[in-house]
Amino acid sequence: MEISISREQLDQLLNEVFERYGYDFSDYSRASLTRRVNRLFTLDKFPSYAEFLYKVKNDPSYLSRFVEEITVNVTEMFRDADFYIALRERILPELRAKPFIRIWHAGCSTGEEVFSMAILLQEANLLHKSLLYATDLNPDVVARAKSGIFPLHLMKEYSENYIAAGGREDFSQYYTAQYDRVIFSEAMRDRMIFSTHNLVSDSSFNEFQLILCRNVLIYFDKDLQERVFELFDASVERLGFLALGSKETLKFAPIISRYKQIGKEKIWRKES
Amino acid sequence: MAKGKLNSSGRLVVIGGSAGSLEALFVILPAIKKDLACSIVIVLHRKSSNDSALAGLLRTKTQLKVKEAEEKDGIADGCVYLAPGDYHLLFEEDHTFSLDDSEKVNYSRPSIDVSFESAADVYGADLTCILLSGANADGTAGLKCVRRKGGLAIAQSPESAEVPYMPQQAIINNAVDYVYGLEEIIHFLNTM
Repeated sequence: MEISISREQLDQLLNEVFERYGYDFSDYSRASLTRRVNRLFTLDKFPSYAEFLYKVKNDPSYLSRFVEEITVNVTEMFRDADFYIALRERILPELRAKPFIRIWHAGCSTGEEVFSMAILLQEANLLHKSLLYATDLNPDVVARAKSGIFPLHLMKEYSENYIAAGGREDFSQYYTAQYDRVIFSEAMRDRMIFSTHNLVSDSSFNEFQLILCRNVLIYFDKDLQERVFELFDASVERLGFLALGSKETLKFAPIISRYKQIGKEKIWRKES
Repeated sequence: MAKGKLNSSGRLVVIGGSAGSLEALFVILPAIKKDLACSIVIVLHRKSSNDSALAGLLRTKTQLKVKEAEEKDGIADGCVYLAPGDYHLLFEEDHTFSLDDSEKVNYSRPSIDVSFESAADVYGADLTCILLSGANADGTAGLKCVRRKGGLAIAQSPESAEVPYMPQQAIINNAVDYVYGLEEIIHFLNTM
């Protein structure tokens, strides 16, 4: 990467995005933000920082691209086989006796994890009494997730992930393929509620038996991480579960005293 | 958690390697003195599944403390940090680590370019980056960035490398200050 914007320029850019559009990135980790902004600058071939800033300030239609490229939307179905095995074998059996199961995917991006969860629930015969809430700060990715439509060429990899994560069924039964895309079954989509929600600025909106927020907190600074943990604490019911990404931990958060880790996976139960 | 410049000279060495680089590290690491006046970060192309195994393996080769880099971890002198699999490893201004699971770069995550560039942003002239054996062109762009920011760029000599392609790319593209064999790399680190 040839261009590298200065700290001051990054501050100025983020400030404009906040003041004009209300997206607050000020408590995001700097290193990743810097890299994402530099990357976007290069991708969109801006001749100078001034023109980049001008575009962000004066072209609201560019904002959605800015937000999408600044935040990381890399995700896949059944990423981390061991994690999904733990969900299937340790967490779902505990939820089985509940009259109703509410699950929140915070930072759902394009929805791959939500559909993975729906498959687990269907195979455990729990989908009919579950609701999956999926939120992201970016309305565009939420709309894509809601469509349930994914590129066909990814299905081979996802099917392999599914099998590695203990899947025993024919993965292709969960979607219908047409041309180069697939759409996941209506039975699954019917159990999902999609909405925008910004972990930085929005509050708790329900109580859940399970909250998944994976590979989102790595992009936040320590203070924001703690605020989000408070938000999750207020949103997970007693004896409910909180699941994080494989390199994220609750270990240093003040709320840890009331949580207990389940096995080796990054899943904690709220004990009190 | 340790935060900020705890027990730190503020100097950093980042070593990037791909195919054949473990063999080089197995020669370099045992020869590094215990009271090293900098921190070493190792970024290797690797499969994501054998995470802790690799740190354990490196631990048997050195007197230095080896640990896998965790997000928000402070970077201390005399420690060897290993980039975890399947994440890019970045550096914050307060000399802590950040992780990033964005797109692969040069077909790799962690990418050596990404770590070199991020370290250059933060450490500037206090940074040395060393590119070891490999079959990929990762690292070259990163070394150029390191030099632009005043840091030092070193490539393992292709004749000493198991797979010479990666350091060779850096040398051909004029991205390095020095080309060192393994003994010279050891001497360089021990005299920092």
